[in-house]
Amino acid sequence: MKENIKIPYFPGCTLKTKAKNFEVSAIEASKMIGIELTEIPKWNCCGVVSSLSTDDLMKHIAPVRNLIRVQEMNDSGQANGNRLLTLCSMCFNSMKRTNQRVKNKPEDMKSINDFMYLEKDYLGGVEVIHYFELLDEEILGRIKEKSVKSLKDLKIAPYYGCMLLRPKDIGIDNPEEPSVMENLISSLGGKPVKWDAKSRCCGSYHTVNNKDIVINLAKGIIENARKSGADTIITSCPLCAFNLDNRQKEIIKKDHGFRTMPVFYFSQLMAVAFGLKEEFIGLDGNYIDPKPLLKEKKLI
Amino acid sequence: MSDTQKMVKVYVMGEAYMVPEGSTIVGAFEYAGFQLKRGVGCREGFCGACATVYREKGDYKLKGGLGCQTVVTDEMYIAQIPFVPADKPIYDMDEITPDAGTFMNLYPSVFRCVSCNTCTKACPQDIQVMDYIQAIIKGDIAEAANLSFDCIRCGLCALRCPAEIVQFNAAILAQRLYGKYIAPKSPELEVRANEIIEGKYVKELEELATMEKQKLVDKYYNREIKIS
Repeated sequence: MKENIKIPYFPGCTLKTKAKNFEVSAIEASKMIGIELTEIPKWNCCGVVSSLSTDDLMKHIAPVRNLIRVQEMNDSGQANGNRLLTLCSMCFNSMKRTNQRVKNKPEDMKSINDFMYLEKDYLGGVEVIHYFELLDEEILGRIKEKSVKSLKDLKIAPYYGCMLLRPKDIGIDNPEEPSVMENLISSLGGKPVKWDAKSRCCGSYHTVNNKDIVINLAKGIIENARKSGADTIITSCPLCAFNLDNRQKEIIKKDHGFRTMPVFYFSQLMAVAFGLKEEFIGLDGNYIDPKPLLKEKKLI
Repeated sequence: MSDTQKMVKVYVMGEAYMVPEGSTIVGAFEYAGFQLKRGVGCREGFCGACATVYREKGDYKLKGGLGCQTVVTDEMYIAQIPFVPADKPIYDMDEITPDAGTFMNLYPSVFRCVSCNTCTKACPQDIQVMDYIQAIIKGDIAEAANLSFDCIRCGLCALRCPAEIVQFNAAILAQRLYGKYIAPKSPELEVRANEIIEGKYVKELEELATMEKQKLVDKYYNREIKIS
């Protein structure tokens, strides 16, 4: 058996505000399977939706600064290994993209390092990973072992969205036929649902100033999950979660016949399966109340 | 001024003046004959009214500081900033909550922070400005209030910020929210405030107000001092 994993962890702003249930469930569930997430000190914004234009380097400063924090942890012996773990798909995507960019373009790396002359230079040695990338056979085995409550009656639709899969060289899985979330669901004893909409767009930031776009997309995704037999949807992206979960309020207003569906962070179902206390599952943070479903399946 | 007083050259709006070595920037302005009506205040580094921008000989960097605390160097270019017309929305403390959402409504520019740290470099109080802005984004209002505690509202952070954030006014909001909703309450304070409201000390105050001066002096020096 492998040793326990202690890994530097980047929460991002949403896990500290709107998605506290994501963080608490992930940290507590991880402890059960020998994964300790160490929050990196003095982290800042991940650089969310950073600019893709070649001359807008300013937007890449924030992610590089976080990578320097990990580099410092390694230099001072606080961390072992060069990985930085994220839970939020958006943080994962923006930091991994920036990391790749500065590694591939030394002139960009130099510009950013020169600008941040009060920091030690970033040397490009950090690797940004998503939580799902820890789920090898060993960890999936531990998950199976710790799952004391069987999710066998729960049909779960894994929703990847875009940030985990695209662009291809950033994604953690096959962008057309991903399977990492299905493997997690199976290890938890649940039934992964096969469905068409697992990497369909949720509407992303249109939710801020054009929410009708999101309402229509979310409705399509949830109905597709329902049609495919799902009881619930899981995600690792707080923005997808907001769009799929909270926007059901507006969907019902437009379509009175719409049947709501609870949306979980994947870690919440880990916490459920591991039989953790309700405060570690964080069900009060979900917009569509998941308790009736969990009670029906005798999971709480 | 003695004959041996060493003088240095400073440039005020591009024009050279000789001022005594060791002058502060505010002192240099006044020695050169300028009368400062704005851009000067307590002269003790507390009020934040004298934000200044300067450049030193041989350096390309524009630096900021407090005019009353920054000593001139030879061939320094200096300018005073009279006022920072920064955004300051009006809010009712009873209607807002100590979380990131409040800042999203009142100071949305906070969420544009690109973590460049320019604000921190500009701060004459050595406050970790970027860190408190990031604390606000994380919803850690107590951390934001504590980190920004020494802010004297000179406004240099906001003047330099490429994301157009009004850091120093957002800091006041964080401190107010901390004081009203987060800081531990003092039960003694509430008891004493109620005593005052109920008029417990009115009679004693009136006695003091009408007391003969010598009696008042004696009473003051003979007062009982409790050190707990």
